[in-house]
Amino acid sequence: MTQTLSPIIADKWQLWTVILVLGAGTFLLRFSFLGLIGDRTLPPLVQRLLRYTPVAVIPGLVAPAVLWPAATAGATDPARLAAACATVLAGVLSRNVLLGILTGAAVLYLTPVLIG
Amino acid sequence: MTAPPPSPTPSLLRAALLRGVFVSLPFLIIVVPFGVVFGVAAAAAGMGLIETMGFSVIVIAGAAQFAALQLIQDGAPLFIVILTALAVNLRLAMYSAALTPHLGATPPTVRACLAYCLMDQSFVASMVEYQRRPASPPAEKAAFFFGVALPLCPFWYVATWLGVTFGKAIPPEYALDFAVPICFLATVAPMLRGRANLAAAAVSVGVTLALWWMPYSSGLLVAGVAAMMTGAAVETLTEKRKVA
Repeated sequence: MTQTLSPIIADKWQLWTVILVLGAGTFLLRFSFLGLIGDRTLPPLVQRLLRYTPVAVIPGLVAPAVLWPAATAGATDPARLAAACATVLAGVLSRNVLLGILTGAAVLYLTPVLIG
Repeated sequence: MTAPPPSPTPSLLRAALLRGVFVSLPFLIIVVPFGVVFGVAAAAAGMGLIETMGFSVIVIAGAAQFAALQLIQDGAPLFIVILTALAVNLRLAMYSAALTPHLGATPPTVRACLAYCLMDQSFVASMVEYQRRPASPPAEKAAFFFGVALPLCPFWYVATWLGVTFGKAIPPEYALDFAVPICFLATVAPMLRGRANLAAAAVSVGVTLALWWMPYSSGLLVAGVAAMMTGAAVETLTEKRKVA
């Protein structure tokens, strides 16, 4: 890929800002109750909202990359789309993360061979 | 806090530590490939070895690292990258709250080390252990927790390093940019059970795509909040229906 570097990777200062701020913020989230707030339970509504963070953020994060990949300049790619569908299907049916990854990778590499 | 609990003997602590190590070994099957893929994907995006290792050692949170990498590749600005990756990590605060009744009585430096090692695997394994042995003293519970983290953390670093080192040798036609979406989808797919999770995922995808015109991928944050509220609302409705 003769892709141009994304601006944050090209600028070391920005990249290290991401690493350090994200690292500090993540540590504070982990340390929050253990170290700072102590033995107090979260309100049930907050617990309920937090429980959905992975399912609420990750599908949206991935959707544009599946439909309009940057590597093909935004054109929908049948191999990537098929691989994404296969990953979800395998993951939902097997409840096994590794099996999902392997299925997705297999479909990603086999689709161009099959449809030429 | 009440009176300090009796300090357990070293052999008891060692046993708890070993128990943790033993429980964590199956997790390596998922942690190692994930670390390798992160290293490969980061190298494919043009990131150097030191920076990629910086992510895995300083942030040490797979999903957030992948989220940051995806948004960096999308060309999103600094604050969106950081905010979104932190949003992915919000669950860690929930884990921290759930562990405090068990580990809150350990010394502050120990708690800081525990916090650094807090991840999905160490949380889940420890909660199972603490339910099984609720009366163990905090030091023993902490020893088990460190036992779980002991293999996972170094293997995460080494796997990342392997990914960067060998990823450079993989030619570009292998579509490595797509390693990140596949890993993410594989992580989320097993969670897509029940109406509330499905509704949250659907809103997440729908709103992000509908708001893709918004600058700097900021529509994703709106979609994330909307999807969290959807999941919680559907769960509440489902509960009410059961009661009625």
